[in-house]
Amino acid sequence: MQRIISHLDALESESIHLLREVAAEFERPVLLFSGGKDSVVMLHLAKKAFWPARLPFPVMHVDTGHNFPEVITFRDSSVARLDVNLVVASVQESIDAGRVVEETGPNASRNRLQTTTLLDAIEQHNFDAVMGGARRDEEKARAKERFFSFRDEFGQWDPKNQRPEIWSLYNGRHRKGEHIRVFPLSNWTELDIWQYIADEEIELPPIYYAHRREVFRRDGMLMAVTDFLQPGDGEEVFEATVRYRTVGDATCTAAVASTASSIEDVITEVAASRITERGATRADDKFSEAAMEDRKREGYF
Amino acid sequence: MELLRFATAGSVDDGKSTLIGRLLYDSKQIFEDTLEALEHTTMLRGEEGMNLALLTDGLRAEREQGITIDVAYRYFATPRRKFIIADTPGHVQYTRNMVTGASTADMALILVDARKGIIEQSRRHAFLASLLGVPHLVLCINKMDLVDYDQEVFERIKAEFKEFAAKLDVRDLQFIPMSALNGDNVVDRSANMPWYEGTSLLHLLEEVHIASDRNLIDCRFPVQYVIRPRDDKHHDYRGYAGQVASGSYKVGDDVVVLPSGFTSTIASIDTADGPVEEAVPPMSVTIRLTDNLDVSRGDMICRPNNQPHISQDVEAMLCWFGERAQLQPGVKYALKQTSKWARALVKDLHYRLDVNTLHRDEDATSLSLNEIGRVTLRTTAPLFSDDYRRNRATGSFILVDEASNDTVAAGMIV
Ligand SMILES: Nc1nc2c(ncn2[C@@H]2O[C@H](COP(=O)(O)OP(=O)(O)O)[C@@H](O)[C@H]2O)c(=O)[nH]1
Ligand SMILES: [Mg+2]
Repeated sequence: MQRIISHLDALESESIHLLREVAAEFERPVLLFSGGKDSVVMLHLAKKAFWPARLPFPVMHVDTGHNFPEVITFRDSSVARLDVNLVVASVQESIDAGRVVEETGPNASRNRLQTTTLLDAIEQHNFDAVMGGARRDEEKARAKERFFSFRDEFGQWDPKNQRPEIWSLYNGRHRKGEHIRVFPLSNWTELDIWQYIADEEIELPPIYYAHRREVFRRDGMLMAVTDFLQPGDGEEVFEATVRYRTVGDATCTAAVASTASSIEDVITEVAASRITERGATRADDKFSEAAMEDRKREGYF
Repeated sequence: MELLRFATAGSVDDGKSTLIGRLLYDSKQIFEDTLEALEHTTMLRGEEGMNLALLTDGLRAEREQGITIDVAYRYFATPRRKFIIADTPGHVQYTRNMVTGASTADMALILVDARKGIIEQSRRHAFLASLLGVPHLVLCINKMDLVDYDQEVFERIKAEFKEFAAKLDVRDLQFIPMSALNGDNVVDRSANMPWYEGTSLLHLLEEVHIASDRNLIDCRFPVQYVIRPRDDKHHDYRGYAGQVASGSYKVGDDVVVLPSGFTSTIASIDTADGPVEEAVPPMSVTIRLTDNLDVSRGDMICRPNNQPHISQDVEAMLCWFGERAQLQPGVKYALKQTSKWARALVKDLHYRLDVNTLHRDEDATSLSLNEIGRVTLRTTAPLFSDDYRRNRATGSFILVDEASNDTVAAGMIV
């Protein structure tokens, strides 16, 4: 008998194995949940990994205060429906407490400030494992990540000196004050995520599907007009049919023109897309070639 | 669609990163913004055209030095298969990262520069791939464009490598002449080498038979986590969660739980999608037994008539990765095998292996970074293991330095 296992089944099994390793080997794990599609899939996998028991760890949202309201509504309804505990780490509170200083100027964003809020929350709650939904296909520095990625007492990543990760024997040992970032979705691609969302009928925030929205063009990207982001001089506002390929801070996440209003449409669109998801939608990666590596070294997601 | 994992290996500058860039480029898997960034960087570096190697060399230090330091993972799919590629470094100094990439690979591609032929790194990587039990090995004789696509060069290198490989345990070995830079025999068969009768690399990747590489005979289920909901609805639920390491489990099978030796029967094999009749590798499932036994993480569920070795004395081949310290007999380490941690004392180093000549140095007293040797370990608790050659999942372990928490060795039980 051949029993060929499909690639999505193989990926699901691998992720579930990782999630169970984390629950078994760490004292205070936490799963990062933003309401974005990758974290929604990760939470879905976590529910499956421990079924029929409850999730043996809480989820945490690093809230920039600049999120799309649809996403926050979705976050809260998911947490209630799935019966999980939510910890909110607030960038606004970090600003109020003087831990970070708000950026100014037309491209001001709270994206980078999240790192301090995240690291403070990890310290405050004594989290020893932090699970994130980052994928290796997203970005070239992320392509270098291990499943279990060691962070020192400053939350720093040292990409030149990573622990060898052989077979699926993960080494999560660390000293007090250090922690491990875990990436259960490392081997998933954007298309895998969408196919899985379709197969499993996973619900997402509505902004992932085509809708009408007021936008303006900045650096070639379509930015939504929100309470946190207003057009500058000469940036003309117009209504367009758009959707989001990634969901992050409203100040640095762009929409793409799209009429894909169902999951099938989205899959067709993603499969045919000639631009990476971050390239199409993230202003934060455009600053320099190594922007992601630099942020990750400091302790970013 | 089936998933195939492969790793590239070979010496520095033999063209590993270029080959991956070529595979992605020719199978139209590179996105436009990535290409633009690539052209831009190539131009800034004062080079011409597009340096495909920059696709996988993603770290600042790698781009600055023009070398691969750590494994980079890349993904692509054709209508037939989905591929996970581990692009590994060629420098001897980074051998441990090559081992990382190859440990889970179904196939290893070893690149050789046609002008240079088989060199020490080719032998080292071929040996490591065979030691790591990678089922399929392809020797890619690259840069054929620089030797006028000469068949004699190809045949000479092939013969030399075959002689070396005869000393190794390689199940499936293939040879492809190619030019990664120009794309000859990468995606399509090359018109420049009409004398070559084999297939292109991509064709091989799509067609190689891997489903039977799994061990479906020896039933090994390391218990990873015990699921006990303790709520009203599932008050008495007690399931043993884990990933099937090998063999095939069916509802109704008689099983034995190690180390207790108690026997029981599989009552159900659960997943969140509902129960399944059968579980095979690499499925993650939850097994329930008909009897109430004491089972915890690190235990193993097997069949009574086919059990692993149960022993505190372990014979193994060890690849040493420690930078700060050497392996020396008498030292203790933390050891992880399947879902189990134990402590291990290095009782004896029998020999150190010269991977170039396969000569055994029995006078060796230590192993340094990237050296390989045969050891005897004594563990604090018995391991449930099989020979690595028979079972990659239960025959493998890592050693961790108890002071620094670094992973210092990969072990293969013999
Ligand atoms: N002429 C020729 N040059 C090649 C070929 N493959 C790679 N190269 C060049 O060899 C150099 C090293 O390639 P790279 O992919 O970085 O090697 P790696 O160190 O194995 O990853 C680069 O300058 C490539 O352009 C080939 O098939 N023909
Ligand atoms: Mg390279």
